[in-house]
Amino acid sequence: MGQVKSLADLRKIKEDLQGKMSLRENSNNPESLVQIRVAMATCGIASGAKQVMEFFIEEFDKRNIQAVVTQTGCMGYCFAEPTIEVTLPGQAPVVFGYVDTKKADDIIEKYVKNGELVDGIIPVNYETIEKK
Amino acid sequence: MMKDLAMHIMDIVQNSISAGATLIKVTIFESVKEDTLKLTIADNGKGIPAEILEKVTDPYVTSRTTRKVGLGLPLLKQHADSTGGNLTIDSKEGSGTTVIATFGLTHFDRQPLGDIAGTMVLLAGANLKIRFVYEHTTEAGEYRFDTDEVNEMLEGMSISEASVMRFLKEMINENLKEIKISG
Repeated sequence: MGQVKSLADLRKIKEDLQGKMSLRENSNNPESLVQIRVAMATCGIASGAKQVMEFFIEEFDKRNIQAVVTQTGCMGYCFAEPTIEVTLPGQAPVVFGYVDTKKADDIIEKYVKNGELVDGIIPVNYETIEKK
Repeated sequence: MMKDLAMHIMDIVQNSISAGATLIKVTIFESVKEDTLKLTIADNGKGIPAEILEKVTDPYVTSRTTRKVGLGLPLLKQHADSTGGNLTIDSKEGSGTTVIATFGLTHFDRQPLGDIAGTMVLLAGANLKIRFVYEHTTEAGEYRFDTDEVNEMLEGMSISEASVMRFLKEMINENLKEIKISG
């Protein structure tokens, strides 16, 4: 059986990364990156938000897209979970609902890469019954 | 519904984040002798006012404004109760909240632990300013993960880098296997 990994092994990962990082541009300026916020409240978690978040982190890395993936609370669209908010550099945030890993793949390929809209957008002027 | 303990952890920790915590400690203690599994989530957030504290396991009580129900703690309580355990919440305004859920370790209704390693790493990667500590104790030993130690090792590089997160998840899982955690 191999040696159990410890924090000391992190050094190698760090060195590999440093090589890669020097090739990146704008990595210190979050405004220039794609930003994804995954709604991670009870409703989102119960609907699979964790898998969606892991998918985005892995796929942005594999597809070499510079992005920041973070969490947010419930946006009030519990019926459409998992929901995510995508902000492309210099653009207004767009909220997508019913995001599974297949939809997430669509969002990366179509919206993030080409700016094409995909199904499942929750309009920002959406109002709940109570607000009316 | 929450399918495993890791999902409950992800959920309850969000409360700590909303409460402005800078230190969140998740502890799991498994006792074969007592047949219990004790999950503790402790934070140094703003705490819960006494009048709300009595009511937090009521689904119709929530501090959020985007919707009128809050199911995080009620679901955790229901799960703990169903395994012969219970849920207690200790909180002091201004100093933090501690949620303790006790489960019957081998009870038929106890959900599996799930992907706790992945959950801790996602939380750490998405909340870089918060220190997360995760301790897991079994009869075979104990394991401790502390993002302060990780950051020291990373010397300025971010935990949120995909390769770092991948490594940390593997590292935690290997160590949990060493102490033979329950499924």
